[in-house]
Amino acid sequence: MQTPTLSLSPGHRAWLRFKRNKVGYWSLLIFCCLVALSLCAELISNDRPLIVRYQGQTYFPVLQEYPEKTFGGDFDTPTDYLDPFIREALAKEGNWAVFAPNPYGYKTLNYFAKEPNPSRPTKDNLLGTDDRGRDLLAQLIYGFRVSVLFALALTISGTLLGVITGAIQGFFGGRTDLAFQRFIEIWGSMPELYLLIIFSAVFAPSIALLLVLLSLFGWMGLSDYVRAEFLRNRQLDYVRAARALGVSNWRIITRHILPNSMTPVVTFLPFRMSGAILALTSLDFLGLGVPPGTPSLGELLLQGKNSIDAWWISVFTFLVLVITLLLLTFMGDALRDALDPRKADQDAAAGGPQ
Amino acid sequence: MTLLSVSNMRVHFGPKEVVKGIDFSIAPGEKLALVGESGSGKTVTALSLLGLLGNGRCSGTAQLNGTSGTKDLFSLSEEAMRAVRGQEIAMIFQEPMTALNPLFSIGNQIAEVVQLKLGLSAAQAAKATIELLEKTGMPEPARRANAFPHQLSGGQRQRAMIAMALACKPRLLLADEPTTALDVSVRAQILDLLQDLQRETGMAVLMITHDLNLVRKFADRVAVMENGYLVESGSVAQVFAHAQHAYTRKLIDSTPSRDPLEAVASAGAALLEAKDVKVDYPVPLPGWRGWFKKGSFTAVHQANFSIGVGRTLGVIGESGSGKSSLALAVLGLHPQGGKIRFDGQGWGKDKLSDQRLRRSMQVVFQDPFSSLSPRMTVAEIVGEGLLVHHTELGPAQRQQRVLQTLAEVGLTEEQFPNLLARYPHEFSGGQRQRVAIARALIVDPRLLVLDEPTSALDVTIQKQVLRLLQGLQRNRGLSYLLITHDVAVIRAMAHEVLVMKDGQVVEMGAADAVLNDSQHPYTKTLIAASA
Repeated sequence: MQTPTLSLSPGHRAWLRFKRNKVGYWSLLIFCCLVALSLCAELISNDRPLIVRYQGQTYFPVLQEYPEKTFGGDFDTPTDYLDPFIREALAKEGNWAVFAPNPYGYKTLNYFAKEPNPSRPTKDNLLGTDDRGRDLLAQLIYGFRVSVLFALALTISGTLLGVITGAIQGFFGGRTDLAFQRFIEIWGSMPELYLLIIFSAVFAPSIALLLVLLSLFGWMGLSDYVRAEFLRNRQLDYVRAARALGVSNWRIITRHILPNSMTPVVTFLPFRMSGAILALTSLDFLGLGVPPGTPSLGELLLQGKNSIDAWWISVFTFLVLVITLLLLTFMGDALRDALDPRKADQDAAAGGPQ
Repeated sequence: MTLLSVSNMRVHFGPKEVVKGIDFSIAPGEKLALVGESGSGKTVTALSLLGLLGNGRCSGTAQLNGTSGTKDLFSLSEEAMRAVRGQEIAMIFQEPMTALNPLFSIGNQIAEVVQLKLGLSAAQAAKATIELLEKTGMPEPARRANAFPHQLSGGQRQRAMIAMALACKPRLLLADEPTTALDVSVRAQILDLLQDLQRETGMAVLMITHDLNLVRKFADRVAVMENGYLVESGSVAQVFAHAQHAYTRKLIDSTPSRDPLEAVASAGAALLEAKDVKVDYPVPLPGWRGWFKKGSFTAVHQANFSIGVGRTLGVIGESGSGKSSLALAVLGLHPQGGKIRFDGQGWGKDKLSDQRLRRSMQVVFQDPFSSLSPRMTVAEIVGEGLLVHHTELGPAQRQQRVLQTLAEVGLTEEQFPNLLARYPHEFSGGQRQRVAIARALIVDPRLLVLDEPTSALDVTIQKQVLRLLQGLQRNRGLSYLLITHDVAVIRAMAHEVLVMKDGQVVEMGAADAVLNDSQHPYTKTLIAASA
């Protein structure tokens, strides 16, 4: 009891338990690295060089477009840095250029490719190209980024909605709860997929529209859990004590009940992420997802299905998807263990005072 | 000839040793009581005898002279252990509601044991079940055999548990706090039952308990455990008369007592007056009518009482008697009928006056584990009241007030470095209860509602907390509404007593009069059961 060690908050102790799970911890690290890398995708996979030194002048094509004339071309059109003519100009005495490790963007069509499209993996295109001649590695990097960012946005919006509605139902209970529950039942029985199809026919497809539509239907599962936690916690003695002190409802919700009701929310985060990634991929696969031209894992899978001979498209896309989902699942498992109240109790029994 | 002799028994959970090398033995037909506070390792000791430790590791030897020769319980295979369970050693648990399967009738559960262990046919088992239930004094055993656990009262459930344990005539019965979860008046009956059955069957009983009254009434020998060590053992008479170990003496001396410095109680002006207080709860109606409206259950009927300045009103009753509902009504946390006037003020006039009332009326709950939010630090928990009622204070002043109040309840920085930043899980039950008291005190209330403030605490801690409460009353002139089921606590604390049964106030008056010369038969049984 008399240990002068600094007190750990319950959240911190859960984090320590999470760290003890090696698989989950490493999954988190790897996933974070992958996301960080994909956020700098422009530096990794880009058809424009990062820096160009041409005739004593320095250019940053990665930030700015330069017309072809700048580098001795004939037209005012944006430079195609894959053009052998431009390459030659940049390789001349005194000129140099630093290309991204993978010299293709997600939209880049290589007009100077040596192989017919889709090209199998070659030295030029490490993972091959798709049926329009776009580099597969670039597509995967950008597609991964879109998927993760979309999943993150969907998870955040769904979680916020779920927590707010769950908190309102659970805290006020009674008629509020009853009304909300019926609303959720009606809302939940709407045919989500058909609505998506209808909306994608009516409106121009865009990621924002997809996000709104999926958010509208994605909060209900979580709301149930938060509601149950609130119903349980609101009748505990510490909430009664706060009421007896005259603490306002808002403060009771935010300070007393919410922090104690976050366990299911946090536990579900990785699983919701993987669910969101999968949802986006399947919608893209069906052609209901992101607008054409957006790099997307689902669209690549569709291509893989359509050109079954081009095995590299389906295999590599599949691998990226599996690894992403696996990392998230491992993280979710570790998180669930870390927040398991029984494990926490054991922990306290083993290390802490009685 | 001993029935069971345990030597150098150690139990580890992970790196932590909870039983640290204990030796004891039980003769056939002997009643041994294992006494200690929570966390002393007594339940773990019993569980490891049956090999039910789960992820704990057990070392040492436990020689059982069973019907089929001597064996060491700690080195038996799981299969051999299964033969011992029930037949040689049986166990009954503290909480019969959770120890019985809610989905099967009790007859079913008992019959299963007899069928498995004695190989009876279904018809024979059903007959044996009814006989067993009859033996445990279950009223209408044939009908009750078909009852599900939730349809029985606590005492009846414990009888069913005992019937199940005794089904195969074990030679040793482990009874883990068999009466703790029961109401006071039922406790005596269950204890008598155990005593009768023990005499009749000649089995040995290892009774695990923290209740010294019970030891005195029941056991032949007593063994005292503290922190995993067996500190003292001997015959009951000898240990109670001449306790050798300091801890044993402390345990024996832990009966709550009155404040020695208490001023001669003078009946002051009434601080709280309650007239015809009535508390209802909505309950679902049976059948289709329940779809459209709720019935109502009256938890408190027409209670009248008053509490004077600096006085304690003790409310005593068994579980379900409505005493906690009364507390919630007084605190304005549950809608009530009738009139409750605190210093002339009632609830629900307007927001401002309610807020003033909240400030002068505070509460301390029973369970120190659920009454503190696990995700808030001590500073946040105790300082909360200041944020609501003293918004004018700055953070530094607030912290000073928090420290001051914590010191008043006996928690200081010297004792607990970094006290303010600690979380509730770092404190023991008694210390948490002190934090809860500090949370209530910080807004300078005039009335404290104490809802079973010590019944979740160990006896020695209970005494300390009651001392603290007595001191606070003396120094601050606080009034208490003390709710409890424990006559000893009432004896030590209350000036006036109110006895409740099934929502009715059955007796009320000055503490001396009610406790020493009770009129109502229910009060008499309560007092007799706790003597």
